[in-house]
Amino acid sequence: MTRKSPAALRDPATRRSLGRAGQYLALLCYLAFLAFPFLWLVSTAFKPPRELGSIHPTWIPRAPTLDNFRTAFDEQPLLQAAGNSLLAAAVSALVAIVLATPMAYVLARRRTRFARAATGWVVVSQAFPLVLVIIPLFLVLKALHLVDARTGLVLVYVVWSLPFALWMLTGYVRAVPPELEEAAAVDGAGRLRILVSVTGPLLMPGIVATGLFAFITAWNEFFFALVLLKSPEKQTMPVVLTHFLGAEGVADLGPLAAAALLATLPGLVLFAVIQRRITGGMLAGAVKH
Amino acid sequence: MAAPGGPRRRTVLAAAAAVPAAALLPGCSGGGGSRGGDRGVLRFQSLAWQKESVDANKQLVAEWNRRHPDIPVQYVQGAWPTVHDQLLTSFEGGEAPDIIHDAADDLADFAYGGHLADLTGLLPRRLRDDIPRRTWESGTFGGRVYGIPFLQEPRVLIADRVRLRRSGVRVPTVREPWTWEEFGEVAKELTGGGGYGVAWPLKEPVSVTLNLALSTGGRIFRRRPDGKAEVRFDAADQVVPRAIHDQVDVDRSAARTTLGMGGADTLPGFFAGRYAILPLGFSYRQQIVQQAPKEFEWTVLPAPGGTGGGDQGVSPQTLSIAADCPRKEEAMAFVDFLLRPPNMVRLALGDWMLPTGREALKAPELHTDRYGWATGTALAGTLRAAPAQSVRGYPEWKDKIATPAFQEYYSGAVGLDALRERLVHDGNLVLARYQR
Repeated sequence: MTRKSPAALRDPATRRSLGRAGQYLALLCYLAFLAFPFLWLVSTAFKPPRELGSIHPTWIPRAPTLDNFRTAFDEQPLLQAAGNSLLAAAVSALVAIVLATPMAYVLARRRTRFARAATGWVVVSQAFPLVLVIIPLFLVLKALHLVDARTGLVLVYVVWSLPFALWMLTGYVRAVPPELEEAAAVDGAGRLRILVSVTGPLLMPGIVATGLFAFITAWNEFFFALVLLKSPEKQTMPVVLTHFLGAEGVADLGPLAAAALLATLPGLVLFAVIQRRITGGMLAGAVKH
Repeated sequence: MAAPGGPRRRTVLAAAAAVPAAALLPGCSGGGGSRGGDRGVLRFQSLAWQKESVDANKQLVAEWNRRHPDIPVQYVQGAWPTVHDQLLTSFEGGEAPDIIHDAADDLADFAYGGHLADLTGLLPRRLRDDIPRRTWESGTFGGRVYGIPFLQEPRVLIADRVRLRRSGVRVPTVREPWTWEEFGEVAKELTGGGGYGVAWPLKEPVSVTLNLALSTGGRIFRRRPDGKAEVRFDAADQVVPRAIHDQVDVDRSAARTTLGMGGADTLPGFFAGRYAILPLGFSYRQQIVQQAPKEFEWTVLPAPGGTGGGDQGVSPQTLSIAADCPRKEEAMAFVDFLLRPPNMVRLALGDWMLPTGREALKAPELHTDRYGWATGTALAGTLRAAPAQSVRGYPEWKDKIATPAFQEYYSGAVGLDALRERLVHDGNLVLARYQR
């Protein structure tokens, strides 16, 4: 290996390459940091119990097995729970988007005192701890006969994800130049036509990104589902995962890892399918005027 | 129960808010809780989590439903890590399960809060007589029974049989357990060659310390003549904490790194020979059977004893009935069925724990040497209700005062005087708020 002389290091091209190499190294470290828990989960899910009890754990299971998956499916209704989570997450994401999009448009385009106050309130509302709202929420839903009902849970998820969805979408709407809408208006397009044909398509990446956020939030949500759903056949995936845990932190680790791995798959698949749109959406939201 | 404060207006507003979502949800079923929909079904929330235990519970529910179609019971799966929050919100919302599985040390606030039914007059004589009086204390609050203790586990010493044999130390028996001093000597004897004599997994230091302190006559919580509880930390209370502290910080015969661990976290080090003895709950044997290398030899020994005669505090698993349950007699009939001696044995075997009932404890399956069952069963007579669990304010004392204080003491950050000052002075201030 040859060493770069100080003179070579002063060369702008060399410094650029070294800088880029450093960036890639940092990115690689960051990716490894992010991927570590997931890879460990995958590894654990395929290990037999005796390997789980080893003080020298290996990344690759020495005797990989599917028993943890079999046990997980035998012990808990994972498919039913996944179906419940999917329904709650998909419907709440859809409803949140349908409600948040026009609201975000109004907040972004009409910069009144009310709009600023509303945006501020949205940010503040994110700081409320769940335990503060759960009892009153429970009582309201009970009065509506929506406790132990999927409708009640979806309603809560919509309300819970709406402020952040609104905040995200407001940023995306602001990134769409108003001049485009004005040009369309000059060409004779009506308000609805402008929204559908001009603003809508430009907002689509943001809508997809926001919908994905709402979906993942609901898919991972635990506390509301735990408290609001009583019937075993309605329980969602995060709640069912706790059934692999015993008192004093003891866990049925293999089946828990297998079930947790299955629980992460929908999110991963969804990201993989629509990641281009998300990237586009994030970039659009990043531009300010 | 209606929402408090302007129920009609609030209901209308909330209903208006619900309309858009409900309109989009034709596939999502509504319906209220058990009492709103199907009045006849009793909901039994179980915290069983190991496969054998879940199977036993479900089979017993199915058997009951076959024999009593007029009192159907629905099995509902709960979970240990979340049961307190989940029950709290359920009670507040009037939607609690009818039959509740929990741990005795979680019941005090629910019992005093009026959420649990007083079972004193409902208990069948057979059940009342079958469970020892000292065990009933764990489910009794203010002189009334709110929880039926049915499973319990002593803390035992799980030991590496080979290292024990090689060391030549005396192997303790239930009749002649090690004294705490002797245990200290044994731990030193077993330390060396890169291994420690003992590893204390003390993620939950308070319950471990308080329950083992009974073995030396330590109670820490005592009742004054006026009935109010107070914290003391006298000589008898200090024996066990000092023994643990000395092993970790003076003799170095206990691994310091395990102080923050849960019991299961220490098992890999145990299998690898890093620690010779683990003080663990009796039910951890199931994990050991599953995870230990095939050639690994282990044994179950009684926990050290002292002037307290080797007694231990335990917080048994309990069954309660919700105060709101409309069919308490039927619920009790189901509980009585679930806790008949053969059924209690099935539940105990499924959870790798001990039954509380005298008849169930006679079952031959619980007296085999395999997996140390006989040792654990022989310890059943030494188990007492943990002295702290009926004290109001104990959870706050535990979380805010005792847990950090014991953690600092065991890690060597503070001495015994500072520990006593915090447990007693700060602790009694906390208790005073609950006992005005």
